[in-house]
Amino acid sequence: MTEVAALTWRQYRLERRLFWRNPSAAFFNFLFPLILLGLFGAVFSGNQHDLNVIVPGIAGLSVMSTTFTALAFNLTFLREQGVLKRMRGTPLPAGVYLGGLAASAVTNTALQVTIITLAGKLLFGIPWPRDWPELVLFAAAGVVCFASLGVALSHVIPNFDSAPAYVNAIFLPTIFISGVFYDAASAPAFIKDIAEGLPLKHVIDGLSGAMVTGKGIGDHLSGLAVIAVWGAAGIFLAIRGFSWDQRRD
Amino acid sequence: MSAAISVRGLRKRYGDVEAVRGIDFEVARGEVFGLLGPNGAGKTTTVEILEGYRERSGGEVAVLGHDPAGRARELRERVGIVLQSTGMYRHITVREALDHWAGFYSRAREVTEVIALAGLEEKAGERVNRLSGGQLRRLDFALALIGDPELIFLDEPTTGFDPVARRQAWDTIRSLRALGKTVLLTTHYLDEAQELADRVAIIKDGRLLAEGAPGELGAGGDERYRVSYRNGDGSLVVEETDDPTTLLHQLTAAALARGERLYELSVTRPSLEDVYLELTADVTPTPPAGVAHD
Ligand SMILES: Nc1ncnc2c1ncn2[C@@H]1O[C@H](COP(=O)(O)OP(=O)(O)OP(=O)(O)O)[C@@H](O)[C@H]1O
Ligand SMILES: [Mg+2]
Repeated sequence: MTEVAALTWRQYRLERRLFWRNPSAAFFNFLFPLILLGLFGAVFSGNQHDLNVIVPGIAGLSVMSTTFTALAFNLTFLREQGVLKRMRGTPLPAGVYLGGLAASAVTNTALQVTIITLAGKLLFGIPWPRDWPELVLFAAAGVVCFASLGVALSHVIPNFDSAPAYVNAIFLPTIFISGVFYDAASAPAFIKDIAEGLPLKHVIDGLSGAMVTGKGIGDHLSGLAVIAVWGAAGIFLAIRGFSWDQRRD
Repeated sequence: MSAAISVRGLRKRYGDVEAVRGIDFEVARGEVFGLLGPNGAGKTTTVEILEGYRERSGGEVAVLGHDPAGRARELRERVGIVLQSTGMYRHITVREALDHWAGFYSRAREVTEVIALAGLEEKAGERVNRLSGGQLRRLDFALALIGDPELIFLDEPTTGFDPVARRQAWDTIRSLRALGKTVLLTTHYLDEAQELADRVAIIKDGRLLAEGAPGELGAGGDERYRVSYRNGDGSLVVEETDDPTTLLHQLTAAALARGERLYELSVTRPSLEDVYLELTADVTPTPPAGVAHD
């Protein structure tokens, strides 16, 4: 057990160090949502209702982009480069390797949600989160759900060149219909119905409850259930379809 | 002690392609074994089954007493792998990579020592994305040796090496052998196999054509010698015989009687290359093993 923890920690530290050495990846994974926050903050400046929507919305977007998007990209790249195959030839347990990779992604999530929370308070007139446990719970549920879905998606992506197409085909529509940029309540009914079935809207609702509206965990139980179902499916598919070697077709 | 590797009736199909069609061989502990054969012969397929990367379709294999398909961690502790093609984190330095990899093994070698062994001293602080192709290959080598493995798989380890680097790699492989390690090596360089391997096997279209010590791998095993020299008029004469003593005696006696010299006189055994080319030549074009992927 301690050996597994020590190995995971080593892998995590390596992933962190290498993450910061790759400026473009660091930019897209890390700065992009913050730039979005800055842009929308400027557009909606003075309109507290919109700011109240956009800040938890972008926090939700960050949860998804740091885990789902980042892991789908990274794993496709590492697989294509042959790094996964090389790892597989060593005694390092597969779970330790993926654990280190996922923990690194989650660190980015934590950093981003923290910065967005701070920016919400300092720049956009949103009070400190009223319900910290709720904030942590929904961020954590979102992380597990989206990380496993990102790993699962990487199995479907045939090669790194097509990764942006696959990832964005899911990521962009999801963030638009899930009310990242506008109040989901004002969307047409059929869009709302689709968004209700997807996890991101419920992550955002939970974050919004914690940061803005004050609705507690008890008001979001059905949302948590949706996240849990997607998360369970993601974990199942992530483990089942995992391939270490480059696709040949 | 049981063999380091034993392969019996190994088969592998990819869809309609039967890449390996019943191969048998054994590699003794402490032996350097060379696997030769043309492109697409099934070398990498065989090696990667033994490494635990691919599943076999049939037959029995044992690697250090394990079935590699079980992917036991204990086995991976004792095996070093240089894949035919593989990649690495781009932003890691050579030393960081070896430091990190050393942590995967319970009895790792000294990092500095392995860097020197691979001839990477001057590049130890360099990032992987700034290494040349040959330097990357040396890093593959170093990463395979860092865990101090008993058995090392080398799939075309010296492809892309300059001549000096190739000699260095040969020295490294010889030093592994001197330490009692077992090496399974594939190569297209027949001089490399001749230099390094205690025994070689030649495979083609997934079948084993010949197996034995590189020097003894004559077709059919009968002793053939090649005697060649230049005539008085300068033309090259090559004669084959299984009795070089008699032939030389006749030739030299006749030359002395004529008062001539036999320029460039040499007696050679068929080289591994001659045997290889003879065995792998398409006499009657065999139907292709199937539709190859692109
Ligand atoms: N993953 C795969 N899927 C389908 N066919 C494959 C796959 N890998 C290899 N093959 C086929 O199996 C045959 C043997 O390939 P293999 O890579 O084992 O050859 P090799 O002897 O290592 O050749 P080379 O000297 O070119 O490396 C080839 O016909 C190849 O097209
Ligand atoms: Mg090969």
